[in-house]
Amino acid sequence: MNRIRYLLMFLFLAVFLLPAGTHAGQPLGKRIVLDNGMVLLLAEKHDLPMVTVDMAIKAGGTLEPGDKPGLASFTAALLKEGTKRRDGEQISGEIDFIGGALSVSGGLDYASASLRVLAKDLRTGLDLLSDVLMNPVFRKKDINRTVKEMLAEIKRQQEEPGTVADEAFTKAVFGSHPYGRTNEDVAAYLKRIKRRHIVDFHWAQYGPDNTIITVVGDVTEKGITTLLNEYFKGWSRKPGPLPAVAAAPKQSKTELFSIDKTITQANIVLGHRGISRQNPDYYTVVVMNFILGGGGFSSRLMDNIRDNRGLAYSVHSYFSARKEPGAFVVEMQTKNESANEAIAEIMKEMRRMRTAPVSTAELADAKSYIMGSFPLRMDTYAKIAGILTFVEMYGLGLEYPQKYLQAISAVTKKDVLRAAQTYLHPGHLAIVVVADQKKAKLKL
Amino acid sequence: MRFLKQVLSVILMGVLASVPAFAQSLYVTETVLPNGLKVLLKEEHKAPVVTFQIWYKVGSRNERLGKTGMSHVLEHMMFKGTKKYGPKQFSRIVMRNGGNDNAFTSRNYTAYFQNFAADRIELSLKLESDRMRNLLLDPTEFLSERDVVKEERRMRYDDDPVSSMVEQATAAAFLAHPYQWPVIGWMADLDNLTRNDLAQHYQTYYTPNNATIVVVGDFATKKLLPKIKKYFGRIPRGRDVPPVGAVEPKQRGERRLVVKREAELPVVFAGYKTPDLKHPDSYALAVLEGILSSGKSSRLYRSLVYKKQIALYAGGDYDRITHDPSLFTVYAGVMPGKTPGEVEKALYAEIDVLKSRPVTDEELQKVKNQAEAGFIMAQDSVFYQAMLLGQYETVASWKLLERYVDGIRSVTKGDIQRVAKTYFAEENRTVGVLIPLPKKQ
Repeated sequence: MNRIRYLLMFLFLAVFLLPAGTHAGQPLGKRIVLDNGMVLLLAEKHDLPMVTVDMAIKAGGTLEPGDKPGLASFTAALLKEGTKRRDGEQISGEIDFIGGALSVSGGLDYASASLRVLAKDLRTGLDLLSDVLMNPVFRKKDINRTVKEMLAEIKRQQEEPGTVADEAFTKAVFGSHPYGRTNEDVAAYLKRIKRRHIVDFHWAQYGPDNTIITVVGDVTEKGITTLLNEYFKGWSRKPGPLPAVAAAPKQSKTELFSIDKTITQANIVLGHRGISRQNPDYYTVVVMNFILGGGGFSSRLMDNIRDNRGLAYSVHSYFSARKEPGAFVVEMQTKNESANEAIAEIMKEMRRMRTAPVSTAELADAKSYIMGSFPLRMDTYAKIAGILTFVEMYGLGLEYPQKYLQAISAVTKKDVLRAAQTYLHPGHLAIVVVADQKKAKLKL
Repeated sequence: MRFLKQVLSVILMGVLASVPAFAQSLYVTETVLPNGLKVLLKEEHKAPVVTFQIWYKVGSRNERLGKTGMSHVLEHMMFKGTKKYGPKQFSRIVMRNGGNDNAFTSRNYTAYFQNFAADRIELSLKLESDRMRNLLLDPTEFLSERDVVKEERRMRYDDDPVSSMVEQATAAAFLAHPYQWPVIGWMADLDNLTRNDLAQHYQTYYTPNNATIVVVGDFATKKLLPKIKKYFGRIPRGRDVPPVGAVEPKQRGERRLVVKREAELPVVFAGYKTPDLKHPDSYALAVLEGILSSGKSSRLYRSLVYKKQIALYAGGDYDRITHDPSLFTVYAGVMPGKTPGEVEKALYAEIDVLKSRPVTDEELQKVKNQAEAGFIMAQDSVFYQAMLLGQYETVASWKLLERYVDGIRSVTKGDIQRVAKTYFAEENRTVGVLIPLPKKQ
């Protein structure tokens, strides 16, 4: 395609992408503080007689003591296994009977809970959701059974080369920082976990002032606030001292970690520390990474390594932006024999991002995708709920869609170059390769 | 799928079958163009988005040994350019317009989709009508893309112990039917494929009379239909596609297949030959799947994982949205310290209870409630709605989807006991077991 046609197309797009992408001026939802201090984000939607509830509780891995790796996730996993009023079988029996879904899971920055029910079953759903969060009893037999299951699951994951590579990478980049906890750390702790640890963690972290609840669907503001005030009444917590957070190690040079496994492909994970969600350069980094390896088939990594060389089915990069700086990661799989070539090409592309500005067309393409695809990020109840919770958790504001689009649209070629020079460090990489090492013959 | 997931269709179907859909009218407008192209349009205005999907009635079912994997490699090549839009252009144009696109191949179909902001729909018509006729199939691109598919196969099957066991057990279950080979193809067959094989496959199957367009989203049928006619109506009708013809003979004894390789935990898998969605028994079998496997209150989880604690996970999976009869599978991952033998016995014990005792009223009602809730919840996603329509229409008729919830509602306890006795017989079973070998030092 020639240059003129390119430019014309962008002019044309710029005219109507924004309005098409935004429902201009419409806020995402409404923010309400409930009687017990819990923050409610509400988006009423009456197209379907169903309700989606999404919760985030500040009870993630960063809040567990350093000598109890996995405690936060384990606590979350146990909530559905029994409360004062119900055992685990009753909880699953009740939610399954109404054709709904209820889940609770751990995370690094926060724990999550979610509920999906028909509008007519909302009371049953909220009764279950509030019960598992407020009244878990952590019976010994459920703890023992869940420990056994988790240890078996950790063992099972050892047969996934990708997981083995991720684990080694996580350790290399984050060390003893909470983001660096691995299956191995968790397995060692689970063998000596005490019921008291779980009870104490739940008591300290699970409470309304630590929780965001998002409701999307067929409810009214009055109806849902009344219900939530009723079901979450009397919920409280007793905050304890927050754990000291260990610093992540400094990466002063590129290091190779090779792990031997009898497999046909080298699983490559490489990268270094990245940015936090609060970093003002976040939006520039999104655009920069899109061009490097985040933009699916149009990214440089995909174009070079998959399309031109046929070396991989998938190759991509991402910045995991959290409360604290997460990782910058490039992942790919290629036959053992191609590992060296693939790693060299990834490093070459990282350096190219830092040395020369991206082209006008690359920047325009990246921006038009990131902005134009925004409606697809909000096209189901669950996706709307996810964005609302995220926006509140990271303090981004309910006019987030508009701000997001403005920030992306303002990014220039110079910004992208500066972001690449600031946030890509091809000379300070942790490179993990899980492969049949005899065939991969790694050199660096 | 050329990027995210080229899902083993057994697994894919199971997921969809367990989230059943629609009871009454789906408000779909069906049109057949003079060239045989069927168009299904469903307006859905709750979000300003649209999904465009085109479903070709071709998959690994239409292949032969020695050339397996052809449909899937052709799917990859569909992104490698036409005379008008050169290599690499398709996805770039879609992305430039804020769209996501991809494709997936199964045993019964190959489907392509774009999801967009609603005002971009015409782009799909332009691009998809062009590549139905004018694919380049460049020989150099073909060789490079075949390597990409080989990497995909290494990742999904060769380096994944469970998938490779299921792949082999499935091959053992079918003697005479193409469902025996994997959608992605055997590795040696991939090496054996040529550019001309693909060209012939493309000429034979990528015709308007062998395809269905499904559009769901925020559009006006009255405006969209004439545009679809404009872009696709000028493509000439192709020849009728050659019939597959293969019929799997009745199984007369259990088959067993063992895979021994480096792995962490043993896995047990048992597949019973069952009819597809065109058969009246498919409703009772779908209910039975729910009773065995839907949610943590279902029988396999409660018995093997929760109570006996001999399995890390356990489930059942009825592959019903298929052109020809396929399998109802039950499976479990074995807990450390337990044996595949005891887990296999426990799976059969649950199946025997279904034959000897009626399910409870509460269990039956639960599965019916799940079907009805699933009908409503499925409408939250335009993509998923279009996907169900495309699947049903490709293997049978989308109208069966409108009857689904009523079909489930009418299932009785007696029906469940009867189908359990009919299909869950030892001689109708193929068993696959993964036995882990210790790591090589």
